[in-house]
Amino acid sequence: MEMPVPSPKVLAKKARVVSRLSQILPRDAVISTPEETRAYECDGLTAYTCPPLCVVLPSTTEEVSEVLKICHAESVPVVPRGSGTSLAGGALPTADSVVLGVAKMNDVLDIDYDNRTIKVQTGRTNLSVTGAVEDDGFFYAPDPSSQLACAIAGNIAMNSGGAHCLKYGVTTNNLLGVKMVLMDGTVVDIGGAHMDAAQYDWLGVICGSEGQLGIVTEATLRILPKPEGARPILIGYDSAEVAGQCVSDIIKAGVLPVAIEYMDRKVIEVVEKHANAGYPQCQALLIVEVEGSPAEIDDQLGVIKQIAHKHHPVELREAKDAGEAARIWLGRKSAFGAMGQINDYMCLDGTVPVSELPYVLKRTGELADQFGLEVGNVFHAGDGNMHPLILFDANKPGDLETCEALGAEILKLCVEVGGCLSGEHGVGIEKRDLMDVQFAPADLEAQMSVKDVFDPAWLLNPAKVFPLDVTASRRVLQRPAA
Amino acid sequence: MSQRRVASFKDRRLDPVLAPTTEQEMANAIALAQTPLSIRGGGTRGALVDGDALTTANLSGITLYEPGALTIVAKAGTPVAEIEAALAAENQMLAFEPMDCRTLTGADGEPTIGGVVATNASGPRRVQAGACRDFLLGVRFVDGMGNVIKNGGRVMKNVTGYDLARLMCGARGTLGVLSEVSLKVLPKPEHTATLIYEGIDRIAAIQLFTKAMQSPFDVSGAAWVAGDRPAAYLRLEGFETSVQYRAQALTDILGPAQIEGDRATNTSLWQSVSTAAPLADRDGDVWSVSIKPTDSGQLMGVAAEENTLIDWAGGRLWMLLPKGTDLRAKMNAVDGFATLVKGNGLQQFHPETDPLAKMAAALRQKFDPKGILNPGLMD
Repeated sequence: MEMPVPSPKVLAKKARVVSRLSQILPRDAVISTPEETRAYECDGLTAYTCPPLCVVLPSTTEEVSEVLKICHAESVPVVPRGSGTSLAGGALPTADSVVLGVAKMNDVLDIDYDNRTIKVQTGRTNLSVTGAVEDDGFFYAPDPSSQLACAIAGNIAMNSGGAHCLKYGVTTNNLLGVKMVLMDGTVVDIGGAHMDAAQYDWLGVICGSEGQLGIVTEATLRILPKPEGARPILIGYDSAEVAGQCVSDIIKAGVLPVAIEYMDRKVIEVVEKHANAGYPQCQALLIVEVEGSPAEIDDQLGVIKQIAHKHHPVELREAKDAGEAARIWLGRKSAFGAMGQINDYMCLDGTVPVSELPYVLKRTGELADQFGLEVGNVFHAGDGNMHPLILFDANKPGDLETCEALGAEILKLCVEVGGCLSGEHGVGIEKRDLMDVQFAPADLEAQMSVKDVFDPAWLLNPAKVFPLDVTASRRVLQRPAA
Repeated sequence: MSQRRVASFKDRRLDPVLAPTTEQEMANAIALAQTPLSIRGGGTRGALVDGDALTTANLSGITLYEPGALTIVAKAGTPVAEIEAALAAENQMLAFEPMDCRTLTGADGEPTIGGVVATNASGPRRVQAGACRDFLLGVRFVDGMGNVIKNGGRVMKNVTGYDLARLMCGARGTLGVLSEVSLKVLPKPEHTATLIYEGIDRIAAIQLFTKAMQSPFDVSGAAWVAGDRPAAYLRLEGFETSVQYRAQALTDILGPAQIEGDRATNTSLWQSVSTAAPLADRDGDVWSVSIKPTDSGQLMGVAAEENTLIDWAGGRLWMLLPKGTDLRAKMNAVDGFATLVKGNGLQQFHPETDPLAKMAAALRQKFDPKGILNPGLMD
């Protein structure tokens, strides 16, 4: 993965930049020694590392604003960072950048049950947002797999989803307002506890902009009353096609499960070895979860079982109690960890139309054979968001490159059948150079012109989202002083 | 701020100068245009500026409908009625319940799906399912220079690049003219019931809604309608046994209610709320206010009870005010915004303050440097 050559002028003035930042921040909020900045040299995409110029950890919106004013004046790029769990390299630093981490800003500012909202500082982790309201019977719906660690700031930047977004939507559907700092230090308040926007849907374009338009320091989020109960059912099939048809039929039948998860044979085998969830050995395993009162759950599962039976499952297991429900979810929830124990892997994130799932799974297998690597599939089938896990050996020369080449082919396949490169992880650096597979030059130009408005000098989160050659002219303009 | 007068549909003749039949034709027309274009689908939503009319009405037709994937793609000028009929045949629906503005505006055009998206038009179910923007999967549009641009797509989850689709939703053509939209659809509920609480006033209704929305019983409509017997309405939808169970559970919390289970009665009741019918055919201007539900009490004094309609569990207030009254001047410190839906002579949208106003202008400069796309409408 190519990154731009760091600006020698910025590198040369490191001492001055650090000194200016140290004047406005507490001593422990500026990190500039090589030993300490190393902790920030990568995010969840660990194949790529680069220590930044320095790291700042502000505690208030005012401090964020002051930091950005200095970086703006000095023409120093800024890489925003939530918890650093991005799988796409969204928080990968450049050598000439200041990493701005929001981890110290993790307070709950307001809980409003009457209007069903919570206002938090964005360094707060996803799961702890729910943690703040669950004793009172509420929850925050988006639930990315990394929810124990990932920050709301990163969720907003990547418009994160999760297993349950089939029913509840992704971050953009649950975000009501933000306080955001622009690259020049200007603080803007957008939205609030009311629904809809006065004029343009600023929240819509900020959410998913990968930290390139501004740094969100506070967020007002929709919270929902917890359902009375939930129950999963596990359905095994001997072919991906049949499982795909079953998913489609469930959706068409008018039942709206909160989640429909899919695992293929490779993943089932690994998960069984590590988590011992008691999964049947079959080609395709579905976990379908519904919510409501016990009677409502019975009703919905009744419909689902009827559909499932029509397709002759090799296994159909309904959770009879909380313990069994947990066992059904256990394997799915430990899938990524289990795969990581047997191999290095790269997790893709393309989305395809639900109807194309069987074809894409088959074709992915063929491509994997062609490249000589193994691929496991574990993903959100209800919305077609695939997560092929390409297994490779990081210590074997050339394996990472082969893996990336296979990944690129699989993502091109996703676009070819009418889907997209990324369903919930974001583009980052990982899929940056594939953007022109999905978008024509005019499409990218329109997106980049939005960044021109928010960050005219192109200093925020550089070298992400757009192919480097496409942004070259803007990046040259970016640092007249540097 | 531009001084260009925003005329209502009644001032305009609906004989379009430009009615392209393909996206490329539309792109060519916009590329050539040097003077303001007044953009419309069916011209039913009341907001038309002075300029040469450009209608998408001839860009019509459903391009793709996959019930098993809950996805529909249609050209911008496709009549909403055509889309709803296609969905109904598969027992599906546009879950955000787009408002038919003709009841209020009296316009006689044909509402289009492009108009729905361009105005982010959402009805009562918005409180539970979300707005039009929440169901929008992707768009194709032509910017002010005549470039054809696509964003988003037809899949359920998509974070590839910036989300311009949502930016276009509600931008009323000022950043580009929609040529195609793709939307997520949902199954039609098998059964609907409405809990009716008669004889309660507006403030009591907000309190009732707050309690109902805090319950896990999935209320999909919460409205209050004035009249001889003012009443609060709570809608429940889903499988019949589930609706019955939740109706019982809700009345356990909120007290006994009259329960309406007839399909046709429910349809007309919620259509009336969706179209703000109680405020139609009456003298005065009609405003829609988006507000934090518990703040709505602070605005109740602005309009008499019989001139108010409450939707979205208090999150949306409809108000009928004497002609020329600027509701925004009466909102003071109340957080939220007001939109003039029917009426002339006043700025239609709640003005943004800096820096957002400046950014909006800069955005228009990028997408429409000639200043020809509905100029002045959202300044």
